[in-house]
Amino acid sequence: MENTKPLLSVRDLKVYFDLDEGTVKSVDGISFDAYEGKVVGIVGESGCGKSVTMKSILRIVEKPGRIVEGDILLQKRDNPDEYLNLVKMKENGKEIRAVRGGEIALIPQEPMSAFSPIHTIGDQITEAIMLHNPVNKEEARRICIESLKSVGMSMPEKRIDSYSWQLSGGLRQRAIIAMAIVCKPRLLIADEPTTAIDVTTQAQVLKLLKKLQMERNMGILFITHDLGVIAQMAQYVVVMYLGRIMEKGPVDSIFHNPKHPYTQALLRSIPSIQKTTKVKLPTISGSIPHPFNKPSGCPFHPRCNNWIRGKCEKSLPPEYIVGEGQSASCFLYEGSEEVTHERD
Amino acid sequence: MNETNNPSIQMTNTERILEVKHLKKFFPITKGFRKKHVGDVRAVDDLNLYINKGETLGLVGESGCGKTTASRCILRAYEPTAGDILYRTKTGVTVNLSQMSNKELRPLRAEMQMIFQDPYGSLNPRMNIFEIVSEPMLVNGIKNRREREDRVAELLTKVGLRPEYMVRYPHSFSGGQRQRIGIARALALQPNLVVADEPVSALDVSVQAQVLNLLMELLEEMNLTYLFVAHDLSVVRHICDRVTVMYVGKVVETASTEALYNTPRHPYTEALMASIPIPDPRLQQNREGLPGEVPNPSNPPSGCYFHPRCSYCIDKCKTEMPELKEIEPQHWTACHRAEELKLEGFHKNE
Repeated sequence: MENTKPLLSVRDLKVYFDLDEGTVKSVDGISFDAYEGKVVGIVGESGCGKSVTMKSILRIVEKPGRIVEGDILLQKRDNPDEYLNLVKMKENGKEIRAVRGGEIALIPQEPMSAFSPIHTIGDQITEAIMLHNPVNKEEARRICIESLKSVGMSMPEKRIDSYSWQLSGGLRQRAIIAMAIVCKPRLLIADEPTTAIDVTTQAQVLKLLKKLQMERNMGILFITHDLGVIAQMAQYVVVMYLGRIMEKGPVDSIFHNPKHPYTQALLRSIPSIQKTTKVKLPTISGSIPHPFNKPSGCPFHPRCNNWIRGKCEKSLPPEYIVGEGQSASCFLYEGSEEVTHERD
Repeated sequence: MNETNNPSIQMTNTERILEVKHLKKFFPITKGFRKKHVGDVRAVDDLNLYINKGETLGLVGESGCGKTTASRCILRAYEPTAGDILYRTKTGVTVNLSQMSNKELRPLRAEMQMIFQDPYGSLNPRMNIFEIVSEPMLVNGIKNRREREDRVAELLTKVGLRPEYMVRYPHSFSGGQRQRIGIARALALQPNLVVADEPVSALDVSVQAQVLNLLMELLEEMNLTYLFVAHDLSVVRHICDRVTVMYVGKVVETASTEALYNTPRHPYTEALMASIPIPDPRLQQNREGLPGEVPNPSNPPSGCYFHPRCSYCIDKCKTEMPELKEIEPQHWTACHRAEELKLEGFHKNE
């Protein structure tokens, strides 16, 4: 049974941080979908709002941040036509706590600090199991061992009683993945899961994630700044810059036919292993602006080579359809059809 | 100065600016109240490399392989446990850095500078940019403020910053700009050799390219030589002439960039090449990665350190440590089976 409706829809999400110095618009009106059995990659540089997006989905945005506007819709497990609106839920309520870990699980960035050093990994994983399932301790332990086995950990019966600091980086990452998938979530959010580990281990972890996704038909939201990893992992890519989505589309179109000047410039500027060496790399001029002095209009216009005077600095470009399943927020494509997101 | 007439520590080749022979750095592990010495972390264990004048040598490896320790030993920021570090000074004299006292080293320190990884941690927040960039000049006897100001202005222009920025403090700059300030400071005394320890890994992708371009321009303009320590193999391929690969404190392979990426002769290098993620979805790689993990340098495996993860391992590898041999001109590798193995490099399948 193919499920063609999105598993998760984010619609016009705005997350602001009210600070003494002013309001930081970390996420400023973004919309995207995640599907069952598909990997959606969110790429962007620091400060683009990718982590805040992830936190809003789980409703763990820390104060003074708040969701100002928008909807985050999660498909119900038993009825694919009905959606839960996560934004409407109480932050500490029963409903959202059932979603966290149960429906949507997180693989955090730092494998070292994600586990408590004073509890064994088994204790921490069984705690999650018993929170979401009506099982007793022995049963939970059995599920935990099975989960550790499924992520390719050798000797799970022994490792379950070890502390996180007794495991090496790669094993710790596997233990985190085991904890994330143990309650059979439908959506997995991976926040830079491989930045803290070495390249040779990185390949193993990515392969494992792909395998688990296939087996369980999970949706994955893969957040990273590494374009190489995105190209190898994702089917669909969302490119963010300063709280806005610049471009989104199927992975092949994003890498081979990028439409937005930011995506184009970003792809040109990386020293890829395939390019000729020792030549000057094409660069993006300037640097990422500080969130307090975000440029007016399109956030990328001060660094853009093809900005239109009198237009780009004045108003925000809407999303234009630029290809099959591909859209770009850029006035260069004015006249193309605009994307409309239906909201309920 | 410590001029050597001893032929054994003369550099063989006049092109070379630095030659490191059998460099070792062990950090002792102590236990208990009496600090009993129970073992060593063999961070750098018999490192051999050389750099020619005007070239960029990449030093790559995974975390914990000793690349930062090695670069710090070369600058004598750490005291090496053993080994020779031969360096040709600006005046053309060859000296052995590892044998020199701190006093003897002082005049040479100006010639060897470092660019740090973290642009946030490496600049003192209480000093303005003028003070940061001119401090090396002050230490080395340029007392006239006017002169220093002119020099700082010149350096800032060179690294692509406006001279007026001199009066500002580090907090008002972005990561990329801070890295430029760090580069300006490293260049303040017109160095000969610059050790760049992961200079772009903390920067955003869109800024990384700017800093790489700047480093390449300065190399030409100021007659520099770089030791470029990094873990990002795409960056290393872009900027380096030759590359040395380290694994658990040892050199496993050294070759020209071209040769190393296209025809690696060590299984570890092959595995590294295979695990680079290519930013092209059409090239679906079969990235296997390596089984297992990097061993602990305080308790390395027997024989070849790489054998537990190596798919070409034979019995000899488990017991005998391979020597670093020149297998082809200018191509060294430490593998027992280097001659017979046909390894895959990185293919440019366009």
